[in-house]
Amino acid sequence: MKSRMIKYLVAATLAGVSSSALAITEVQWWHAMGGTNGERVNKISADFNASQSDYKIVPVYKGNYTETMTASIAAFRAGQQPHLVQVFEVGTATMMSAKGAIYPVEQLMENAGESLDKSAYLPAVISYYQTSDGELLSMPFNSSTPVLWYNKDALDKAGAAVPTTWDEVKSASQKLVDSGMECGFSFGWQSWVNVENYSAWHNLELGTKENGYTGFDTELTFNNSKVTAHLDRIADMSDGNLFVYGGRRGDSLPMFTNGKCGMWMNSSAYYGGIKSQAKFTFGQTMLPLDTTVASEAQNSIIGGATLWALAGHEDEEYKGLAKFLTYLSSPEVQAWWHQETGYVPITTAAYDLSKSQGFYEQNPGTDTAIKQLSLNVPTANSRGLRFGNFVQIRDVINEEMEALWEGSKTASEAMDAAVKRGNTLLRKFERSAK
Amino acid sequence: MLKRVHFPSSPLPYLLIAPQVIITLVFFMWPASQALFQSFLMEDAFGLSSEFVGLENFDVLFGDEQYIDAFGRTMFFSFLVAGLSMTVALVLAAFADRVIRGATVYRTLLIWPYAVAPVLAGALWVFMFNPTLGIFPYLLKFIGIKWNHYLNGGQAMGLVILAAAWKQVAYNFLFYLAAMQSIPRSIIEAGAIDGAGPVQRFWTLVFPLISPTTFFLLVVNIVYAFFDTFGIIHAVTQGGPAGSTTILIYKVFNDGFVGLDLGGSAAQSVVLMFMVIAMTVIQFRYVEKKVDY
Amino acid sequence: MIENRPFFTFITHCVVILGVLLVALPIWITFVAASHDEVRMLQSPLPMLPGTHLWENFKQTLFGTGLSGTESAPVWRMMLNSLVMALGISLGKIAISLTSAYAIIYFKFPFRMGFFWMIFITLMLPVEVRILPTFEVVANLGLLNSYWGLTIPLIASATATFMFRQVFLTIPDEMLESARIDGAGPMRFFWDILLPLSRTNIAALFVILFIYGWNQYLWPLLITTDTDMTTIVMSIKQMLEVAEQSPQWNIIMMTALLAMLPPIIVVVTMQKLFVKGLTETDK
Repeated sequence: MKSRMIKYLVAATLAGVSSSALAITEVQWWHAMGGTNGERVNKISADFNASQSDYKIVPVYKGNYTETMTASIAAFRAGQQPHLVQVFEVGTATMMSAKGAIYPVEQLMENAGESLDKSAYLPAVISYYQTSDGELLSMPFNSSTPVLWYNKDALDKAGAAVPTTWDEVKSASQKLVDSGMECGFSFGWQSWVNVENYSAWHNLELGTKENGYTGFDTELTFNNSKVTAHLDRIADMSDGNLFVYGGRRGDSLPMFTNGKCGMWMNSSAYYGGIKSQAKFTFGQTMLPLDTTVASEAQNSIIGGATLWALAGHEDEEYKGLAKFLTYLSSPEVQAWWHQETGYVPITTAAYDLSKSQGFYEQNPGTDTAIKQLSLNVPTANSRGLRFGNFVQIRDVINEEMEALWEGSKTASEAMDAAVKRGNTLLRKFERSAK
Repeated sequence: MLKRVHFPSSPLPYLLIAPQVIITLVFFMWPASQALFQSFLMEDAFGLSSEFVGLENFDVLFGDEQYIDAFGRTMFFSFLVAGLSMTVALVLAAFADRVIRGATVYRTLLIWPYAVAPVLAGALWVFMFNPTLGIFPYLLKFIGIKWNHYLNGGQAMGLVILAAAWKQVAYNFLFYLAAMQSIPRSIIEAGAIDGAGPVQRFWTLVFPLISPTTFFLLVVNIVYAFFDTFGIIHAVTQGGPAGSTTILIYKVFNDGFVGLDLGGSAAQSVVLMFMVIAMTVIQFRYVEKKVDY
Repeated sequence: MIENRPFFTFITHCVVILGVLLVALPIWITFVAASHDEVRMLQSPLPMLPGTHLWENFKQTLFGTGLSGTESAPVWRMMLNSLVMALGISLGKIAISLTSAYAIIYFKFPFRMGFFWMIFITLMLPVEVRILPTFEVVANLGLLNSYWGLTIPLIASATATFMFRQVFLTIPDEMLESARIDGAGPMRFFWDILLPLSRTNIAALFVILFIYGWNQYLWPLLITTDTDMTTIVMSIKQMLEVAEQSPQWNIIMMTALLAMLPPIIVVVTMQKLFVKGLTETDK
């Protein structure tokens, strides 16, 4: 407060006490977008600020997703919270249960007199952030979904087709390795890709109570035979390097872009990174289907983050925030963001605009993610996850999966342990979220 | 404790001690007591609701296999870091002690890693050992070692130990060199006249004479490995894979800061606080003895 | 040297030089990484020899935006913040520790031991362990985004007090006796006798604390939201993890190089006093 006052004073003195400098209402936006995506966030904010003269969005980079979230929570506890914060999808339940701390976006927009047409948003994107009654809690911003990236040159050389099923992934990997590659395939964000999305893609339940949507007393159930058989198959593929594990998150990206692995499963949002680094023809396609589990794919679920408004500020500031959110989800901004970053367009209008601009024809494959998300109407198993303490639970799943890849556990041992530890965390959350 | 000759009571000592006492009260006692209090609570992340649960957080903690494992792992890690960095420092100091000209130059060249931030040290090492890009995995492949610390818990542990020890070699080297240089030359000369070679002299004369330094360094290094290596682990492995590099201090951070389990994390802080106090008392008694004599 | 064995001397130099090289290897790699362009640093195997982009990276890092897109303060500004923080912590801690150790050792007053123990138990308990409650305290006091908030909470530790206590205990009692005969009061004794006698220890502590302050990162990360207040070390950790992108190693390593330089300069230039101060008391 004090430093802000001093700043005002200094600003006032410098501006020769010009009144316009003081009339602008500032809205703080904490985000986790570093690098080139951070530049884009800054551009969006700057464009909005230039488009009107009453409000000023101030984007602040607060480190990675976890650091951003913790920093805002700590700031909230101290009464210093920002207006808007970017929270990754696994933090959804934590944010949602903090009734007095968040300002549901739908309410915010209504109170500020901004229109919000929920039907304009893609169902697979928006359903992750709605209550069971359909109220929208946070504004979707950067959403992505895992896809299968492939090195086209390598597949051609090995005489393999782009796989569509897990059996084909295996045979293609074998051919890749036979043709001299160091590994067939790898993936990042393993829990998200191979447990969470694997379940949604094959319409399998991850936990009871509709994956947590209908109650905090949910229990995890992903230690079922289908998931464990799937994971065991991947672990078996470590023999002969058909599969090589390369770390959490995007740590394994260099393995793909350096031509060591021919295929890579991870977020569609790596498009920009791969494009700038890969020296080969690459492509993306939908996640492979496990034909032993389902004959057709359901739809995949999203990852990435949404924007949450935090309570405790002035109405005038929320008004500016609402205007910004409207600007942010306009087709032009969203289409631009989607095309630049590889995140999916969150509204149908943005998708249509990209289509009419000919983006998908010039960049084949870039609509894979959105097609995959909207393949079918989401079911209770595929609209998203709503588990408390999921940040920690995902770490637990990561740990247990690593024990599996390392060979110290079988898939069912690993998943049983993950479910047991995860349920303990869920019970803890249930108690604290009362 | 008190000087035999001292100043009489007056307001002055209160004024002198006041700044530190105030800072300690406000920025240490207050937060620490809040941590203590929080360890008896179960609370949601935003602090909107909390429930008094007594010792339940501690109960859960000691019933948690992962926590017990982290204890053992912390010991293993600390002793290896201390052992490795002290051995390397001892060897280098023993050789540098023999060099009359150039000892200072060598000292200058060895001293600087001490100044590197743990998190930077971590970044450097993780960069060198990146399984796909790093220079070391590339070289290791030629001797048939497949390096992947993202998968292999042993390699991950090895890497954090290496990074942690690297940073500490400088400090240990300084102390060992100073200790060796303070041994009277006459003792070493007497050994030489008796026909002992350099290696024999080191083991029979030098090493026993510097044993107080060794003990002191052991304590300092273990404390270092316990707490200050946090940044290294955070940058290199983030506790993985499969929790194989999660030591106590990292778990406190991860459960509290990342997992937002404030009660559980506070309980861990309290356990750590008691361990710190115990270690401090040990060190204190040792240092006290040294000064008395 | 006791005896003259040229071959053994040769071996000795070899071993020490080998040690120096091993210790220096990471810095060489940093230097190499800082001299290539971004794309080269994501291609295997990484180079072992310097590239041609050193100056370019240096300019971008120090005077440009640093890592692209973070809207962070320019690196020189971060270094300035780090400098203020490191100096604030080191000088502040030395000042309060000197006076409190003086009070405890040279004065007899009620609750003396109580104060001593209170300060003493803060020894070594790192900030990471109590970081969230400390954050709340600092926020309640309105010290977020300020140099006060960056420095003062980190001054609350007893290491320095403890060290000065050790130093003062080794100073012969006769010093005070003769000073009193000369009619010197407590403050006079402190300035004219104790301070000069603890000169090397102060220097050693300065080095330790400067490095400690410079190298902080979790604390600044938490309490600064204003990009003008970021410190250089915290910016590096932030650069390592960018969502869904590869790290820009060339810029990160150049920043690392710049971040290491000041504390290294402090240690190396003050090494004589540092070594003397350290080894004479703690041992």
